[in-house]
Amino acid sequence: MSEADLLSPEPAVGPATERRLTRALLYLDDVRVTFDGYRALRGLSLTLERGEMRAIIGPNGAGKTTMMDVITGKTRPDTGAAVFDGVHDLTRLDEPAIADLGIGRKFQKPTVFESHTVTDNIVLALKGPRRALASLFGWRNRVEAARVEEILVTVGLIAHRGRPAADLSHGQKQWLEIGMLLAQDPKLLLVDEPVAGMTDAETEATATLLRAIARDHAVMVVEHDMHFVRALACRVTCLHEGAVLAEGSIDAVSGDPRVVEVYLGR
Amino acid sequence: MGATLPRPALVDLKGRIFLGALAAICLAVPLLNLVVPEGSGLHLPTYLVSLFGKYLAFALLALSLDLVWGYCGILSLGHGAFFGLGGYAMGMYLMRQIGPRGVYGNPVLPDFMVFLNYTELPWYWLGFDRFPFAALMVLAVPGLLAFVFGWLAFRSRVTGVYLSIITQAMTFALMLAFFRNDMGLGGNNGLTDFKDILGFPVQAQGVRVALFLATAAALAIGYLIARFMTVSAYGKVLIAVRDAEPRTRFLGYRPEAYKTLAFVVSAMMAGVAGALYVPQVGIINPSEFAPTNSIEAVIWVAVGGRGTLVGAALGAILVNYAKTLLTGALPDAWLFALGALFVLVTLFLPKGIVGTAIERFGSRRAAARLPPEPEIPGKLAEEGRG
Amino acid sequence: MIRLLTLLLCLLAGPALAQAPGDAAYARLASDSYAEIEAGIVGLGASGDPRAGAVIGALADGRLLSRPADRALFIRDGSGLVEARTGAPASAEGLKPVRANNKVRRAIEAAMGGLNLTSPDPGKRREAADAMFKARDAGALPALDAALAKEADASVRRALTEARAAVILARPGAAEPERLAAIQTIAGRGDGDALGLLRALSADPSEAVRAAADRGVRTVETRLALIGAAQNVWYGISLGSVLLLAAIGLAITFGVMGIINMAHGEMVMLGAYTTFLVQGAIRAHAPALSEWSLAASIPAAFLVAGAVGVLIERSVIRHLYGRPLETLLATFGISLVLQQGVRSIFGPTNREVSAPAFMTGAFDLFGLSITWGRLWIVVFSFGVFLGLLFVLRRTSFGLKTRAVTQNRRMAAAMGIRTPLVDALTFGLGSGIAGIAGVALSQIDNVSPNLGQGYIIDSFLVVVFGGVGNLWGTLVAALTLGVANKLFEPYLGAVLAKIALLVFIILFIQKRPRGLFALKGRAVES
Repeated sequence: MSEADLLSPEPAVGPATERRLTRALLYLDDVRVTFDGYRALRGLSLTLERGEMRAIIGPNGAGKTTMMDVITGKTRPDTGAAVFDGVHDLTRLDEPAIADLGIGRKFQKPTVFESHTVTDNIVLALKGPRRALASLFGWRNRVEAARVEEILVTVGLIAHRGRPAADLSHGQKQWLEIGMLLAQDPKLLLVDEPVAGMTDAETEATATLLRAIARDHAVMVVEHDMHFVRALACRVTCLHEGAVLAEGSIDAVSGDPRVVEVYLGR
Repeated sequence: MGATLPRPALVDLKGRIFLGALAAICLAVPLLNLVVPEGSGLHLPTYLVSLFGKYLAFALLALSLDLVWGYCGILSLGHGAFFGLGGYAMGMYLMRQIGPRGVYGNPVLPDFMVFLNYTELPWYWLGFDRFPFAALMVLAVPGLLAFVFGWLAFRSRVTGVYLSIITQAMTFALMLAFFRNDMGLGGNNGLTDFKDILGFPVQAQGVRVALFLATAAALAIGYLIARFMTVSAYGKVLIAVRDAEPRTRFLGYRPEAYKTLAFVVSAMMAGVAGALYVPQVGIINPSEFAPTNSIEAVIWVAVGGRGTLVGAALGAILVNYAKTLLTGALPDAWLFALGALFVLVTLFLPKGIVGTAIERFGSRRAAARLPPEPEIPGKLAEEGRG
Repeated sequence: MIRLLTLLLCLLAGPALAQAPGDAAYARLASDSYAEIEAGIVGLGASGDPRAGAVIGALADGRLLSRPADRALFIRDGSGLVEARTGAPASAEGLKPVRANNKVRRAIEAAMGGLNLTSPDPGKRREAADAMFKARDAGALPALDAALAKEADASVRRALTEARAAVILARPGAAEPERLAAIQTIAGRGDGDALGLLRALSADPSEAVRAAADRGVRTVETRLALIGAAQNVWYGISLGSVLLLAAIGLAITFGVMGIINMAHGEMVMLGAYTTFLVQGAIRAHAPALSEWSLAASIPAAFLVAGAVGVLIERSVIRHLYGRPLETLLATFGISLVLQQGVRSIFGPTNREVSAPAFMTGAFDLFGLSITWGRLWIVVFSFGVFLGLLFVLRRTSFGLKTRAVTQNRRMAAAMGIRTPLVDALTFGLGSGIAGIAGVALSQIDNVSPNLGQGYIIDSFLVVVFGGVGNLWGTLVAALTLGVANKLFEPYLGAVLAKIALLVFIILFIQKRPRGLFALKGRAVES
């Protein structure tokens, strides 16, 4: 009953060859968001190439989560462009439509379906049709158990497959959510503070996992932990007051005096 | 395609107990009423057959409510509206069956219309002289209202308490509307003085038993439908929506579609319950839309255990049985008891009778299956290195 | 006609000749014939006799007695008798009352009107002029002219002018310019009576008169429509203030604390019953103070409902924080218990709460009829609203309340005793509901079901206005009240109410957080 909404409104620009506005996977230009007079994003511009991994750093209130909200359709920007895959105008789509395009998100606070088992959480996230009526009659009752198992092994939760997600520890929920992202198999993964509350060993393992994922996915990671960011070994963007303050390699950014001033501290 | 993941059985242990019990009373009631002679101590008087039938209709209403509240988190305080609409659809059919036997002897117009100087039947009464049409309306009217209301509300992401309040406002508005004589549905007095159903006298003993059996069958079918929905992939998404609706959107689901479907099916079930209730109690009037009735149905579900289906039906039967006993013996005490029930169940028995029983019984079995202690994902690190 | 001529003659003849017709009039009053009695009244009214008022008044009250033997008239005065013509005490036998039929009664009214035109009391004179306006008796014209010539009081002059204009319009033979001027005067009066008078002219033979009357009708209709709208707005404000009173406590418990208190209506009900008890106690023990019993009920109702609220919060709601739907069910159970409790104690029937003198009666404001009771309730509800606003914005308790509701853990960390603040805030909301009960006891039936009638409306007001926003509650209550009363003339009371319910249901779809909702990240979570 919602199929009409799912049809992505493609920008009608010229012949097919010119339809891609940009070659980048994600293209944000001059995005502005205001909440009750508070300007959360003040002209944020950022591009992410296909298959690229990007770390986003910045102090609290820099607009990191709001940016993810804009990309995933939770928040509509006042002005500015957000284009995915060169053709999809993200500002005109809602969350399910954007998820359907292939953008997955892991939340800052791990959000899993608590009364479902670990396996069911993964099954629910698996790529596939999402229609309500169809789901009544069969699909996903015959999912690829091997694929689910593989994901559970990857995130180290195979031993917990039958437990309700509510019983998992904080760190395990983080992994479960990463596992759900994997099951979704999106083109772009938005990962918000994946290692908050993890031990050093767990942090290390998570960095390794994300690097592995980044081999065939585009990944955007928001994180405060600078050791973790360094371990990701990717380009870094520092946000400040709703706009990009600096961008480049981890060494270049962390050496930037303005970044040191507002974020890292002297 | 790989191997199949285990799918829960359509009828699990508690379902087998429930359906078994239902089948047993379906055998016992006709036997004790029709076969055992009236003088015998075992004879079941006909009025009790209808009383039990009423309980089963309430059980179906509770079941429908549990489908949306227990599995979808929609606390509807307006399910009495769907129940009432189904009841009115049936009542309109029964009114048209009276024919010229009314007090005024008008072959087409029901008595109250003659009384209010109607000259012809309002358009929305047309077709109700035919049972198949009336039966269709029993499903379609509540279903349509639920579809429009639900689709609007769920699409606008009205949830939780706000949704409860507007469902209550919905049934309140309907109650006010049905109280008006201008509605052409009998106003205050509603529809009553029924004579025939499907050509049989509605008061006859055999018909009463048949209505009872039909209600039991509807309850069983309703249970199976609800169960089919909740154990399917659809049901898994529904529970996910209940627990973390925003999260399902980021996975690409459209919660409004899932919720609307459940809401519509549930409203239809409530409509059927109302339609079966009306011939057994012999009247339908606007007080069925009173917000209090809908909240009372919620407490049946809470007592039995929300999210268990069987519990909802059990709760409805238990609470209504207690109501029959108490209002007969101590009329003043009933509201005290009902009020206390609301408080005590929410405070001390949040999972209800069946939910608590499952927890006790189930946890022992689950403990045996508990997986080994969590291990740090060495496998994970390995994967990354590879 | 005879009576008109008599009246005219009498007026023309003047006081000098009054004695003779006066005598004749007294004789006629003692007659058995209604027509004679009527003529006697007219004669007496016109005679200028100083006793005329007393005699005609006595006739109106059935205290005028006649002695058929000699046609003498007496007035029963308490237990004794006085002679009608002189007022001297008397005693007599074989008396029978002077009878009156409808025609006689009309004559009495007209005569009293004429008499009052010369009364020294301007209020009396005005009443008389109004009576003549309604009677439109052509014979009264000279009397009106005479009165106008002497009249100094502006409002009485206006009434006299209007009466005169009405008489002229009703009289067949008046000249056209005079009639046109009269139409002007009547149109200027601008009420329903004027409209009736002017409409009656639609078949007038003179075109100019018809046109003028037509214009007059339109002017008056516009004016009446405006007054009608203003009256409806006033009713709406009045209803809105009732909604505000009922909802304002909920604006705290639901709006600020987020607690779904389905027993809120019962707090209102408890307040109303407290009023009943306080009034009964004062009437029994200090009857002199009964005028103040409503004022005394306000703190009592606040304390009773507030205490019950604190009790509910401590015993039940406290265990259900963060589970709004369960709170809803538990408090609904409490509402059932409270209703049945009150029903068991006070019985299911309505209890009488009387209104103090300052809240009874009505007054007229530019054509609007405003009852004092409603006006006081409007004033009272705004007073409660402002008081609450003050408590929440300007006191340390209000600061703590806002701190606890915005960030419970942080507030606790800063040394605020959050359980105490919770209990007191809930008590405050409940107490205000109790105060609302004091006011509502004046306009609604004090019965165990009192609260049920307000609970749905209250929730809708708070939700419509935007949860957590007191000003939103105010705007929502007034908007809904006024809208309801403005729809009522077109839809009828029940449909208007249904229309509003449907409107709110649809509105919540569009703006799920109400009229004045906060936007932003915090709201979602």
